[in-house]
Amino acid sequence: MELFTNQVLAGISTGAIYACMALAVVMIYQAIDHLNFAQGEMAMFSTFISWQLMQWGVPYWGAFVLTLVLSFIGGIAIERLLFKPLAKAPILTNVAGFIALYSIVNSVAGLIWDFTIKQYPTPFGSYPFLGSQLISTHQAGMIGVTILLLIGLFFFFRFTRMGLAMRAAASLPESARLVGINTSWMIALGWGMAAAIGSIAGMMIAPVVFLEPNMMLGVLIYGFAAAVLGGLTSPLGAVIGGFLVGIMENLAGTYIPGAGNELKLPIALALIIVVLVVKPAGLLGRPIVKRV
Amino acid sequence: MSAIEETVTEAAAVEAVPKKAMTLGYGTSLAVLVLLIAVPLLVKNFIIFQLTMLLIYAVAVLALNILTGGSGQFSLGQSAFYAVGAYTSAILMEHGGINYALTLPVAGVICFGFGFLFGQPALRLSGVYLALATFALATAMPQLLKLGAFEYWTGGVQGLVVTKPDAPFGLPMSQDMWLYYFTLAISLAIYIFSVNLLRSRSGRAFMAIRDNEIAASAMGIDVALYKTLAFGVSAGITGVAGGLGAIAVQFVAPDSYTIALAISLFLGMVVGGVGWLPGSIVGSAFIIFVPNIAEGISKGLSGAVFGVLLFLVIFLVPHGARQGAIVVQHLIGKLRGN
Repeated sequence: MELFTNQVLAGISTGAIYACMALAVVMIYQAIDHLNFAQGEMAMFSTFISWQLMQWGVPYWGAFVLTLVLSFIGGIAIERLLFKPLAKAPILTNVAGFIALYSIVNSVAGLIWDFTIKQYPTPFGSYPFLGSQLISTHQAGMIGVTILLLIGLFFFFRFTRMGLAMRAAASLPESARLVGINTSWMIALGWGMAAAIGSIAGMMIAPVVFLEPNMMLGVLIYGFAAAVLGGLTSPLGAVIGGFLVGIMENLAGTYIPGAGNELKLPIALALIIVVLVVKPAGLLGRPIVKRV
Repeated sequence: MSAIEETVTEAAAVEAVPKKAMTLGYGTSLAVLVLLIAVPLLVKNFIIFQLTMLLIYAVAVLALNILTGGSGQFSLGQSAFYAVGAYTSAILMEHGGINYALTLPVAGVICFGFGFLFGQPALRLSGVYLALATFALATAMPQLLKLGAFEYWTGGVQGLVVTKPDAPFGLPMSQDMWLYYFTLAISLAIYIFSVNLLRSRSGRAFMAIRDNEIAASAMGIDVALYKTLAFGVSAGITGVAGGLGAIAVQFVAPDSYTIALAISLFLGMVVGGVGWLPGSIVGSAFIIFVPNIAEGISKGLSGAVFGVLLFLVIFLVPHGARQGAIVVQHLIGKLRGN
């Protein structure tokens, strides 16, 4: 039993990583109705920017805030330049665009910063948290940041005019335009916020997985799995999904023989498929009814 | 609480391509074929090898084109089917001692089954969800191949070395040249099969589903069957391409079949023109030769060059090579008119 609780605890702490990423995925899905395959790479790029800032002598929190702002602007710029013209194009074209972006960002990061693995600092330290060997202070901090982020998003969408406008633009664009919402800019804002959230995820994850251009691929797949599990339309669902995925991953690694690290990605794949088949809307998502 | 989505006003996932626009005329096809037969007689062995790979990737791109251009479903997971085909051939040849030519149909059938089964859960998914599920499949595949349990068969991380076949009946040609003509014959057969498939009743069903799924089911098309069938056929053809690839490269290893391969194939389809089957060979030439050029400029740059070119194609020539072909056709028409 102790093994079980320990694994659940460890799962919650890895789950925080996925929860962060899943939040970014859900954010962009809400804004544009697409899954951004380049999300992980954008987050990785932001993390590299913060690393570079720190190398230049900017203190951690200064770099953190600067990176947030830069990522926000970068996200908006990408939307305005590359994806706004594709808004009316078939989904295929959009997916091709995401793939192109993925490939460019990954390659450029490798070009600028090299493919060697880099250490990344954590502001929370990495001591045992409250005397527990399983959760370090960094992981506890990461869980805290994720929850803060979630609460922040909840208040933004629920209680601000801007949040309401974004929700309106996402769910019924035509009607939203009729009541005077600039839906096109709401989408850009969604991209900016997703990029900023992604950068937080990247900066929280980097101390755990180390910084390198390919660090996000596995995390992104798990983030997708978490988002799908929680329901792609619900930020709360994404966070819960993230923690659940983390716990499942750890339990599977402990109790299923042979399913250690080498089955990490296949487990995520199986999870995505099972959820999509059994409950396509996810735990907290709303089902979509099609009308001819 | 549920959201309602208007499917009529919503753009189709893939642009509709009329059936007639999917192939080339007889004259042009023959000219291309003659060219493909003649070229190896004039060039060096290494270039023949590259041309073989060109045909193999063209077949894989063609398979994706049937799935996406034909039935309107996405796949970012073609590398997984390619890998299964390659491993099937390699294992049969090296462990079973079976003739290389006979391993290809087996690879095709196994991949057809795999694709058909994967198509079952994929049925529930459309558009971006399907892209997601197949994306996950492609990223998971190398890890599955490295799995300790199958190491005896797959060779684990090391992979398997495959012996290159000699030309049969004492024909006076090099191994590379024989393999090229062997591949050409198979590619041609697959191309003719695909063209006919899309012109058949099944092909029309695919296209009806692509253009409007609900309307197609209202017309009595078994949407579930045809969607999984499209997946199966596409996976089967990709599997044959994978098998050929294993024979040509003489080596299979998990890390040859990563998401990068799936992205390449997807890119090849977009460049060649979605739904235009002859474009597959143009797309394949693009994904084989462009990385070479990009790597020549700077190592690690190929991803960026790929991405930038993909954006250029999306913005400037959204119909890919088909657009070029249409322009050429108009020019020829004008010349004849004068």
